[in-house]
Amino acid sequence: MISIRERGKMGVGLFILSEANFFLLLIVAYVYYHAYPGQGPTAASALNTARTAAFSVALFASSATIFMASRAARRGDSGGLVRWLAITIALGTLFIFGQAKEYYDLIESGVGVSRNLFATTFFTLTGFHGVHVIIGLVALSITLALAMAGKLHPETRDGFGAVEWYWHFVDAVWVVVFSVVYLWSAAS
Amino acid sequence: MSQIVEAGVAPSLVPSEREGLLAWIASVDHKQIGILYMISAMFFFLIGGIEALVIRIQLLAPGLHIVSPETFDQMFTMHGTTMIFLFVMPMLTGFSTYMVPLMIGARDMAFPRLNAMSFWIQLFGGIILYFSFVAGGAPSAGWFAYTPLSEKAYSSLAGVDYWILGLACVGIGTLAGGINFVVTILCLRVEGLTIRRLPLFVWMTLVNSFLMIFALPLINAALAMLLIDRFFNAHVFDPAGGGSALLWQHYFWSFGHPEVYIMILPAFGIISEVIPVFSRKPIYGYEFVAASSVAIAFLSFTVWAHHMFAVGMSHVANLAFGVASMLIAVPTGIKIFNWTATMYGGRIRFTTAMKFAIAFLITFTIGGLSGISFAVFPLDWQLTDTYYLVAHFHYVLFGGSVFGIFAGFYYWFPKISGRMLSKRLGTWHFWLTFIGFNLTFFIQHVLGLAGMPRRVFTYPDLPGWYAMNLISSIGAFMLGISVLLLLWIVFDGINHGEPAGDNPWDAWTLEWATTSPPPPDNFDRVPPVHGRRPLWDLAHPDRADEVMAKL
Repeated sequence: MISIRERGKMGVGLFILSEANFFLLLIVAYVYYHAYPGQGPTAASALNTARTAAFSVALFASSATIFMASRAARRGDSGGLVRWLAITIALGTLFIFGQAKEYYDLIESGVGVSRNLFATTFFTLTGFHGVHVIIGLVALSITLALAMAGKLHPETRDGFGAVEWYWHFVDAVWVVVFSVVYLWSAAS
Repeated sequence: MSQIVEAGVAPSLVPSEREGLLAWIASVDHKQIGILYMISAMFFFLIGGIEALVIRIQLLAPGLHIVSPETFDQMFTMHGTTMIFLFVMPMLTGFSTYMVPLMIGARDMAFPRLNAMSFWIQLFGGIILYFSFVAGGAPSAGWFAYTPLSEKAYSSLAGVDYWILGLACVGIGTLAGGINFVVTILCLRVEGLTIRRLPLFVWMTLVNSFLMIFALPLINAALAMLLIDRFFNAHVFDPAGGGSALLWQHYFWSFGHPEVYIMILPAFGIISEVIPVFSRKPIYGYEFVAASSVAIAFLSFTVWAHHMFAVGMSHVANLAFGVASMLIAVPTGIKIFNWTATMYGGRIRFTTAMKFAIAFLITFTIGGLSGISFAVFPLDWQLTDTYYLVAHFHYVLFGGSVFGIFAGFYYWFPKISGRMLSKRLGTWHFWLTFIGFNLTFFIQHVLGLAGMPRRVFTYPDLPGWYAMNLISSIGAFMLGISVLLLLWIVFDGINHGEPAGDNPWDAWTLEWATTSPPPPDNFDRVPPVHGRRPLWDLAHPDRADEVMAKL
């Protein structure tokens, strides 16, 4: 468990609980309307599961690299910390790039938010996840800047731990979203 | 055994060098932020009260046309939204923000800057909501903004958009506050103050904070989806595009019912402090008061659809939600017995705070009982959306939450200001409020049973309706006068009140161990804590409470 000195981590842990509830309703809306497809594009007809899977691997891998970064921080290896943080940010950015490309292609082919219920709930769910990834990237960039300036001392380590938890959470949400949106449609 | 221990460690902050208004705006001190919460809540209480008076003037007599139906709709929408999100919640949060660090012997909250953000963003939400008046008209879809009425096709003006954005800001601020309270209570307690020794107000704040953490994101998600519907022509809750209007109701009430408890649990906490102190007895059944709150918190997430019996759910769903709603009366009833048993055989001091606490027991119980009658869903079908419902939730919200707020106000004002309030004026305020409240709302039970629907801007002259509405409106004006009197009482107390001293009530919890008002750092030294009543133990070492096992 977390010690009472790790207040930042505890705060982010509680924040994650609330965020989980936030995503729960977005997922419920997506799943609910999956049962009533109606007219127009569906997950199966509109989405490129293989390509998104490739970009998803980048996001999943970033959970491992941030773990390596925090291990380096614990050992006092500041070079390793900076390196692994940079790789994590690169992987997250790659994922966002993939999502931007996916959105661009969908909208080009006429699948916008207002097209039908699939499109509405798809963009709402993945869009909010994307915003969370971007916020995580900002937090990681601040952490990287602090690490490069040599200012990530033991006192601010709690803050880094909080960022790490948040990043793992963003990743975990994507495991669920990817399964519900992409794998489900590929399986059916 | 050391007599004196250090205050719980909070982040060290340089005391503010600033003066005047900036000292408040830039403050990260929990006491100043707590006062800001209370002042802004009071301000919105006045506005919400004026909106209520407009409603009661329009309903004074049958067939009146003092305001238009559109204005009437705006008034009840803004009245409900204001009282819930901009008065009761921030007022209770203000008490918690001010008192919790003091009651646990800490110097500040765990995250002082986050604390300031919580306040300012919720105030910003209130300003956004009221900006709608000058931006094309206030929202008029009711405080629960049912779809499709709140969709673009039926509410084409920007009112609902401001409603969504305003509530989202309040939601974010409240959520951040909840996180802050949990971390503060878990991490910053003074040595010896174990979980089983926490003052019950702190206990209620802790449970309440978890409710905030779990319930507020639900409405934020629903608000986000409604906003996407309105801004991007999407269809989540829009039946014309294949969406489900009912989904909004499920989403809204999955938040809305826990919200009811967010508004009452801290009031339970206040009552649990006030009644023992003024009965000169420790609380009866401390563990039951604490544990029943946890039970209420869990159950509150399982009863949301009792707000939806009238939409036509399956019989099984009706039964399940009806039974769950009745179950929640059990932990609530336990508390009523605890408070009553605390008073039994006590040397009761009828201070203004205690008067409001006793009135709370009576009116809240009436509201609780009419609440149970709604769990009987055939009754609900008959009575939902009548004035019986309006009477019910005002008995729990006004007779419960607001009476609790008044009890807390009279109890803690000397600590916050260093001045005593006039007991004579307080008695006047109490009776005006108590009589005005019952005059306004008791008769509405009967009106509802007679079939008068809520949210309709006028009514025909059916037998008795005029008289009953007139009584209700007269009561409302009494309440209006009582609020003006309250403002005078505050003014009078600040300017002419007797100095309060550290502990005017001979109370037992740690906030009374420091000066009134407390210094910027709260405590130089905190008395030792071996039980639930550290100041009693300090004053009566020969009759100290039994030292409790640590847990």
